[in-house]
Amino acid sequence: MIPAIQIKEVHKRFGSLHALRGVDLSIERGEFFALLGPNGAGKTTLISLLAGLARADSGSLTVMGHDVVRDYQASRRALGVVPQELVYDAFFTVREMLRFQSGYFGLRNNDAWIDELLENLGLTDKADIYTRTLSGGMKRRVLVAQALVHKPEVVVLDEPTAGVDVELRRGLWDFIRRLNREGHTIVLTTHYLEEAEELCSRVAMLKQGQVIALDTTANLLRGQTQAQVKLRLNPPRLPEALRPWLMDEADGCFRLALPGYADLETVLATLRAEGVIVEDVEAAKPALEDVFLRIMGEAA
Amino acid sequence: MTGLWTLFYKELLRFWKVSLQTILSPVASTLLYLLVFSQVLEEHIQVFPGVGYTAFMIPGLVMMAMLQNAFSNSASSLIQAKMGGSIVFLLLPPLAYWEFFTAYVAAAVVRGVVVGIGVLLAGWWFAPVTLTQPLWVLAFTLLGCGVLGAMGVIAALWAEDYDQLAAVQNFLIMPLTFLSGVFYSIHSLPPFWQALSRFNPFFYMVDGFRYGFFGVADVSPWASLSIVSGTFLALSLATLQLLKSGYKLRN
Repeated sequence: MIPAIQIKEVHKRFGSLHALRGVDLSIERGEFFALLGPNGAGKTTLISLLAGLARADSGSLTVMGHDVVRDYQASRRALGVVPQELVYDAFFTVREMLRFQSGYFGLRNNDAWIDELLENLGLTDKADIYTRTLSGGMKRRVLVAQALVHKPEVVVLDEPTAGVDVELRRGLWDFIRRLNREGHTIVLTTHYLEEAEELCSRVAMLKQGQVIALDTTANLLRGQTQAQVKLRLNPPRLPEALRPWLMDEADGCFRLALPGYADLETVLATLRAEGVIVEDVEAAKPALEDVFLRIMGEAA
Repeated sequence: MTGLWTLFYKELLRFWKVSLQTILSPVASTLLYLLVFSQVLEEHIQVFPGVGYTAFMIPGLVMMAMLQNAFSNSASSLIQAKMGGSIVFLLLPPLAYWEFFTAYVAAAVVRGVVVGIGVLLAGWWFAPVTLTQPLWVLAFTLLGCGVLGAMGVIAALWAEDYDQLAAVQNFLIMPLTFLSGVFYSIHSLPPFWQALSRFNPFFYMVDGFRYGFFGVADVSPWASLSIVSGTFLALSLATLQLLKSGYKLRN
């Protein structure tokens, strides 16, 4: 089956900056995919190339099998992008914006779907209000609605929850999950790694314009071999011998990263020998954030 | 074609929503020219035999207002979209570059025509003028506004901020319109300025347009029509090429 997104050997330079250095990536239909990486890793550049907002220097990109340059009209019809910047057109109301956006995609009489979008994104009572007067969170919802107005098969959300309150974030993800269940492919970039961990089945990590990790979220978490334990000690003092494993400490609690859980016995023995009592032990679950930090660190 | 119609309608709605600024204000300022010049010069100047100075000036002022507003419409809409980032709403959909061009230029022509009709109707109060050859008037209206609409698109694509666009407007468009024979016949100019005027395409727009009212012009209306059509064609091709290449839009 043709993948939802296929990126082959893509390079992009901005002057002396080599923003993308040979990116290869294939995203299957129906996936909920996360594109992660620090600022400047090339995530937004990659999205811009997919959306036709910029052109690759070399390599090829397709959306639902359509080349983004040669067959740009078909590829853009298949793609909905929620841009990172909070942009709006000051002259128009929310409903006008959505009607225009429908028209640009060749859709007339799209009001039934527009109403459904407004309802699902909590915008019904804002439909006839000028976008410029809305709060940041509301403007973000309008951007999501605009991206979905033509029911694209692939939806790309570039940092959709940046600066958005918890309630909207929940509501937004419920809606996006529903779209994913209905068969839409979702690609997400986010700074909130717990969001990616919760939602996405597969993750690509970008650093300095290259994909440095690409796997299912489950595999990446399994690959996190370190065992983490959090210990509350009395007295709150960590013996010197255990210092190399220390990740951080706060309020008498010490978080240690051990090569494996078998090493926990060594830790407890050392503490006993030093006369330090363990008041509480907590095994910390590996988080995508730790995987991210480790992989980014290794690639440095 | 739905995309083209939608963008065209959106562009019309954009200027209509701020019509105080986009229609009434240029009509009012053009009337000020008419008021001042007609009071001061009516008794002293007669450019064409049997045509009073105020009547002579009206077609020129109508054309000047149309040209300036056609330019403003496409230029300000596009630069606002670029600066504010809302241009992304036009770049993400599958709009073809020629649809983009046609919608912007057609909306610029409509704005020019609406302002032109406003100036013409208001000018009637000062000196009634008749369209003796309406087809010439129509041809120069559409072509003149089309040229300026395309120039507005080019200027807004090129400009990286409002200041650069204002520079184009103040140092290119304004001098070209003021030196196009709106207020005088080029035959009243010294030979050097007369020769220079013949390189100004705006002169042919005004001269041809005026021919449609009085049946008299500085140069043959056919020559003017050829030059203005050629200018429109060249600028349209240039604009289409810029849009196709994504110049300062898709990079």
